[in-house]
Amino acid sequence: MRVLALLIVLFTGGLLVYGIEDMPRWADPQSPPSVHVSPRYIEKTVEETKTPNMVTSVLADYRGFDTLGEVTVIFTAGVACLLLLRKETE
Amino acid sequence: MIDRYENIVIQTICRILIPFVQLYGLYVIMHGHYSPGGGFQGGVILGTSFILLMLAYGLEASLRRLSLKALTVFGSLGVLLYSGIGLVSLLMGGNYLDYGKLPLPIASIAEIRAMGILGIEIGVGISVMAIMTTIFLAIASYDTAGEKNG
Repeated sequence: MRVLALLIVLFTGGLLVYGIEDMPRWADPQSPPSVHVSPRYIEKTVEETKTPNMVTSVLADYRGFDTLGEVTVIFTAGVACLLLLRKETE
Repeated sequence: MIDRYENIVIQTICRILIPFVQLYGLYVIMHGHYSPGGGFQGGVILGTSFILLMLAYGLEASLRRLSLKALTVFGSLGVLLYSGIGLVSLLMGGNYLDYGKLPLPIASIAEIRAMGILGIEIGVGISVMAIMTTIFLAIASYDTAGEKNG
């Protein structure tokens, strides 16, 4: 069973390393995020959201789902802490 | 259990400092549109003000001012506010979290989006503040339980 688990881990790791080959090179100006997504945000942020701080508009508006997930992670961490650490006699 | 820190200098400085720390936390949340900051950072600053209160005045005195139950409610309320804003924009005919569809009496859609961002930042701030304090409180009061039982 442990050998099987190790094999699965190694196989998944190998797949991930294999996938690195297809990623754009670090700071490549021709990579898809630099060509399509970033210029779109830089040009349209103030026009579309009236928010000069681009970090905020990307975090809260364009990537709203991601931030909702982050808040849920923090909420889950708090609930887990309470469940594990609080006295049961209360 | 964290006891009251019997030192007049520490207690006075904390009493004077805590309102300013909280004011700064609110500023960081509200000013997230224009400067570095936002819900997460401001929420953590608000949370540290409560942690400072507990460190200086002890858990018992602090728990008279904030209860664990209220903190849990606030933690859930922040997430509810965030997902509620998403749900309202869904009900108004847009996509989930599409703030442009929120029913606000403002003409321009861009400004409605800015208000939506502010709304979810406030939700994030409330949630982070309550959860930070809750985690600290849970860990700090765990020690007493062990002492009383053992």
